[in-house]
Parts: sequence; structure tokens; C-alpha cells
Amino acid sequence: MTDLFQQAVLVSMFAATIRIAAPLLLVSIGELVVQRAGIWFLGVEGSMLMAAFVAYFSAVSSDSLYVGLLAGMATGVVVHLSMAIAAVTLKINQFVTGLGINLLASGLTLFLYRENLRAYDSGHIPTVTPFETVPITGLSQLPILGEILFDQHLFTYFAFAMVGVVWAFLYRTRFGLEIRALGENPKALDTKGLSVSRRQYSALAFGGLMAGLAGSVLVLALTDRFVPGMTGGRGWLAIVIIIAGNWKPLPVLAAVLVFAFLEAFQIQAQGVGVQIPYQLLLALPYIGAIIVMMGVKVRSEQPAHLGVPYHRE
Amino acid sequence: MSNSPPLLKVTGLTKTFGPVVANSDVSFEVERGEILCLLGENGAGKSTLSSCLYGFYRPDGGRIFYDGKEVSFASPRDAIALGIGMVHQHFVLVPPMTVLENIVLGSRDSGLALDLGEARKEVHELCERYDIDLELDTKVWQLSVGQQQWVEIVKVLFLGAELLILDEPTAVLTPQESAKLFRILRRMTDNNLSIIMISHKLDEVLQSDHVAVLRKGNIVDTVRTSDVTKEDLTSMMVGRPVMLQAEREEIDPGETILEVTGLRIRNDKDQQAVKGMSFKVHAHEILGIAGVSGNGQNELFEALMGVRDTDSGQIWLYGDEVTHHGPEQMIKHGVGYIPDDRFKAGLVGEFSLAENAILGLQSNPSFADGPVLNTRRILDFAQDAIQKFGIVTPGPHARTDTLSGGNAQKIILAREFWSATCCILANQPTRGLDVGVIEYVHQMLLEKRREGFAIVLASEELEDIFALSDRIAVVFKGEIMGVFRTDEIDIEQVGLLMAGQRLDAKETKQDAHVTI
Repeated sequence: MTDLFQQAVLVSMFAATIRIAAPLLLVSIGELVVQRAGIWFLGVEGSMLMAAFVAYFSAVSSDSLYVGLLAGMATGVVVHLSMAIAAVTLKINQFVTGLGINLLASGLTLFLYRENLRAYDSGHIPTVTPFETVPITGLSQLPILGEILFDQHLFTYFAFAMVGVVWAFLYRTRFGLEIRALGENPKALDTKGLSVSRRQYSALAFGGLMAGLAGSVLVLALTDRFVPGMTGGRGWLAIVIIIAGNWKPLPVLAAVLVFAFLEAFQIQAQGVGVQIPYQLLLALPYIGAIIVMMGVKVRSEQPAHLGVPYHRE
Repeated sequence: MSNSPPLLKVTGLTKTFGPVVANSDVSFEVERGEILCLLGENGAGKSTLSSCLYGFYRPDGGRIFYDGKEVSFASPRDAIALGIGMVHQHFVLVPPMTVLENIVLGSRDSGLALDLGEARKEVHELCERYDIDLELDTKVWQLSVGQQQWVEIVKVLFLGAELLILDEPTAVLTPQESAKLFRILRRMTDNNLSIIMISHKLDEVLQSDHVAVLRKGNIVDTVRTSDVTKEDLTSMMVGRPVMLQAEREEIDPGETILEVTGLRIRNDKDQQAVKGMSFKVHAHEILGIAGVSGNGQNELFEALMGVRDTDSGQIWLYGDEVTHHGPEQMIKHGVGYIPDDRFKAGLVGEFSLAENAILGLQSNPSFADGPVLNTRRILDFAQDAIQKFGIVTPGPHARTDTLSGGNAQKIILAREFWSATCCILANQPTRGLDVGVIEYVHQMLLEKRREGFAIVLASEELEDIFALSDRIAVVFKGEIMGVFRTDEIDIEQVGLLMAGQRLDAKETKQDAHVTI
């Protein structure tokens, strides 16, 4: 009896790990490409939050999850491209711009959320009917593993597939080679007559698409409504994950899984009523990140030109 | 074939940056299969000119003809498409990538997939044709600077260049590597490629076919190399006759002033940069440190001045140990320091000339009464320095970053020569300076030698080392490969040691003419 109970708890915890990992993975993989292209974009949190906000209200007003999804992704792209204008074209300090985008996003979404809610009856907050999970026929029937891995949302499968796609892009295509060179020494491209800014714009657009998808998923699949500040530091965690994952796709995936597990563990522990201060549990992913970072410090693959605007002298 | 047009013809090319005219009305031609050398001092406009030929800058006026047709470049892409390739003075490589990836990066290949197999074959053929050794799968950061130079050249050849522009290609090479470079360049011209080489090293300039001499943005003359001598070229470049080699009189060295034993120092990356160096420098003596930069020279000088801490080993001054003394104490001991990067380590660009002239001496009673600076005496001192060292400036209040490199260097000389009483540490004191100022700095160092100073001098220019030093220590990867009296060794042998090869013990100067 207790065995069965334990197994159920574990299975649900691992399934939660995979579910929690998905948006984190999407936003991290997007930011990975952005950073390999030499841009330190600290505004992913804000980009995700804006995307979640727009996705929610678009879905509610159109009564279509797909309209919400598209609007959310478009929002991510727009926010990321505003970073491109500031950092690539105007060459403004990347940290200041990123932080500014975050502050703007949290203020703006809170303000607009309140304004919008006035349109509805007080006490009645509209919800969406979230996306259902899509069990994979056959595989989802597997004992234990089926429930953990193959009864997830469509975008979860997509997120994991993207790790492979981005890896192949970075290491097996010409464009990937160019993106990697961009973060290390953009002049190597410029002196061959290849546009640095066009490539950095493209990288940011991709990052925006992924952050937008991640934000939309929060309101359209994992919950059923927008709550101000609901991204809850996932964008920041993505940045930590990239550092911990040493700017490489597979270690980034590993870092995402570790942090998602810590999160799932924390939720489960709270649910079961473990007597550990809840703030400490919340801090677990970050403590984990610091430990990992101490380990990778020596052989860092951090792009040499990361965060430095490119000037043709 | 005499009526075929020159490969490249430039007429009336002009480029300005705001009020500064970098090139004005420059005209010259390059034939197929020849090496044209652009010779000029710093700031004469060589690099700007080559950037215009490569499409990196857009000229403001003038016309460029390639193979008889008029062309204009919107970006390097257009120049590459025509067959013009550029090897930059500061390499543009991606260190964590392999040699092959660096060569292929941004090349003309189309398609999505990265096809390294095909490229590998092509690169192999190129290397064979021009006799270049390259390990294609080594990461670029693991290569010596000399090998990186070959990567840059193959990169350009891989793009299909017919006209190569090389900006100061031998600045970082040992004499043997530079001889090899010219062998490769000649193989290229034999294959009907053309080369524009930018240089200020006269020995190398003499290996070209034609020389165009630039001064203050203008071409003052274009000559056939075989018709001129080094002296002719120097006076054309400077605009007046210059004494090429300072005279070093024979003086017997005196007592030991500076001694270093078993010094080990780590660099900023926490790697061993100096691995057990020992040497002595006497009064009336210049010890030359020969080596390609980055072989521990900077760490050594910083440690000697107390700016960088040592792992082990001792530093002695007049027999007293001064190993962990900081820079303030070293200044008090009478040690003067000329750092290799004047604007990073020697001066504060935003400060006035006068402030920089006493930088580090602000607590010295000559310039301060207790905590208050004595502005009057500081200004007098600066005024003196301006006169004595011939610093060209509007006055002692001028901001230092408005001065030329040579004038800025003279502020450091004035300051260090004033405070030093026994020892001068000069790390690349003439790097990036014009011939006239170099001559001056050399004279000053020799004068200090006459006065009885012990001087440590590091330079990448072996001719300077040979002209000034009483003894030469060759460094490679943080070790001293040997210390020789200047008359015991020649440039080729020093070059081999700089590349890490030990000399055969039996080898003497007479039979050591190494085939390179």
C-alpha cells in the first residue's frame, strides 16, 4: 500500500519535472542562441511576461487558444527586437537595456491588467480552457515512463526536440558557425563582408519566438489565467541556466532538468508538509546554480565578445 | 603583354575623418605578380589606405581600377568578390574554433550544411601549393602567433584572392618566420598573385619589387626597390636624414644593481607566465630581453616594479632583498618603469600633462607640502620637461590624450628619469613610435647607461636590442633560453631561441648561419 503510494508520488513528481522544464527549456534555448551571437539579453523575463499577458487577453477576447498563442509569440519577437534596435543598431549598454525592459514589462503588465479587468465584473476573472495534454499512442501506455514522459503537452515535446534542433544548427550548419563566431569575434565576420547586425537581429528574433512561446504556455496550458508577475523569475533562471550549462545545448538541457526537478521537489515537499522553511526550498534552484557555477568557472565557454557592442573602429 | 592593364590602379584617392585628412590624392599601381610595399611612419595613412582598398572604409574621393575596370566597394564583400583579400595586422580569428572552421567561416560556400570535408581538401591543396604547414583540427588559441599568421593567409587564399593586402605582417614573427613568410609570398607571386605589403621595417621593405613611400597621407614617391638603399627610404619616409643606429660606446659594467633569482610569476589567467628566471644587471649596463611578446615579459616587468606579486624567487637591489615590495617602495628605491602600454599603464589620458608628469610622485616633498599638492612646483617641473624633452603641446595644462604617442611617451620618460636613481625598467619603450622619436628614446637610454644606471630593456625589434644591449637574454614561454654578450651571438641565433629551439652547444657565430 505504502509502496504504491510512494510510487505514485514519485511518478507525479517526475512528470511535474518534465512539465515544469518545458517553458524553462524554451526560454533557455532561445537565450542560448542570443548569447552565442554575443548579446547579453537580461530582458527575457520581461519578454516572457509581456508575451504571457498578451497571450492571455488575446485568447480571452478571441475565445481561441491559437490566436492567444500566436499573439504571445509575436509579442516575444517584438520585445526582443526592441532589444536589437537598442543594443545592435544604437549600441546602448546591453545590461541597462535588458534591465529597463524588465522594469517596463512588470509595470506595464500590472497596469494594463488592472485596466483591463475593469471591463469584467468584479470578482469574475475570465479564464481560458487550457490546452490538453497529448498522450503519444503506444508510448504513453508504458508503465511509469509513459506517464512521466509521454503524456505531456505538445509544446513540451517541441521544447525537448528544439534542444536537438538548436544543437544541429549551431554545430552542423554554416549559419550556426557564423552565430558562434559572432559571440567570439564579430570582426571575423565583418572583415569578410558579412553583416554582423543582420545576424544579431535574427538571433534575437529567434530568442523572442521562444520566449514568447514560453510565456504563452504559462497562461494557455500550465494555468488558465494571467497573474501579474507570474513568470516568477523563470527568465532570470534561464540566464543562470545558460551560465551553469556553460553555453552549450546539452548541458543547458541538463541544467534545466536539475532546476525543474528542484522546483518539482519543492512543490511536492510543501504538499506533503515537510518541515523545511518554504523560502529555503524556493531558494534551492539558485543555490544549486551557484554550486554549478563554481564548478564550471575554470573552463568557461563564455563567448569572449558577449555583451560588448560591435564597433567598426 | 606590356599593354595589359595593371591589376590594381588607384588615382587621387582621398579619405578624411572629420577634420583629419588620412589620405589625400593617393595614386599608385600594382602589376600582376609583384610585391608593392607601402612604407610610412605611424599615422602616415597606410592602414586607412588599405582599408579603403578592401572596402572596409569608403573613400571620399578618387578612383580605383581593378583589372582595367573602374570599381567601388560598398563592403569587404565586394572586394572579396573581385579577388582582393586582406590580412589584418591584429588577427581576426576566432580562438575557440579550429583552424579549418576559421578558414571556412563566412566563405563563399552556399547551402545550409557545414561541409568541412570538401573544404578540407581544398585547404590541403592550397597549403601544399604554397608550402604552408597547418594542423587543420587544432584550435586556434593553441597556435603560436606565427602559426596564426599562416591561418590568416590561408583564409584569404581560400576566398580566392588574387591580390593580397598584408598589414604589418611581420610585426609578431621571429626572423626565421618572417623569412619563411617571404618565401611563401614569392611562391604566390610566381603563381601570378599580387601583394600589397604595409611595413615600416626596412629590411623587409627591401624584399619587395616596388616601394610607395607615404608621408602625412600623401605618396611622396614610388620607387623600384632595387634602385634604393635603406638610408634613402628612411629619409624619404621621415622627410629628413636620420641616423639609423645609435652609437653605444664601450663602458665596463660596474657593481651588480638588480638581481633576480628563480622568479616564478603567474599571469591573470592564473597560469605560470614566468618559470624560474634568474639574471643580474650591473651599473653601466643594458640587458636586452628579446622575445615575441606574450612570453612572460609583461609579467616580469610588473613583478620587478612590484605591481604583480611573485610565486617564488627573489628580487635584489644592491644586495638587499626587495621581493614583495610594492610599486611605491620600488619608486623610493630609485627604480623607474616605462610600461609597454603607455595609455593603459603609464598615463591617465584624462589628466593634464603636468599631472601625468608627477603621477606616482604626488607624495614626494618636491611636489607636495604634506597632503596639499604644490601646483607651482608641479607646473615648473612640467614646463621644464616640455623644454628638455621637446614635447610638442599647447602647454602643461593640455589633456594628455590629445598628445601623440611620441609626446605622451616623453612625459613618461621625463617622470621616470627624474625619479629613478639606479635602475630603469623599459618594456617596449619605442613600440608604435616614429623613427625620430625612437632615435631620441635610444639616445636617452644610452645616456642613462653612461650615468651608471642598470637598464632592463624588452623589445620585439631585434635590431634595437642588438644596437643598445650589452647582454641579451632571450625569453620563450616564461623561460630564459640563454644570456649572451651581444658580440657572442647574431640575429638568426636569437631568432631560433625566440622560437623555442635550443642552440647546439658547439655552434659558434661563424658557422651558425642557419639555413632558413
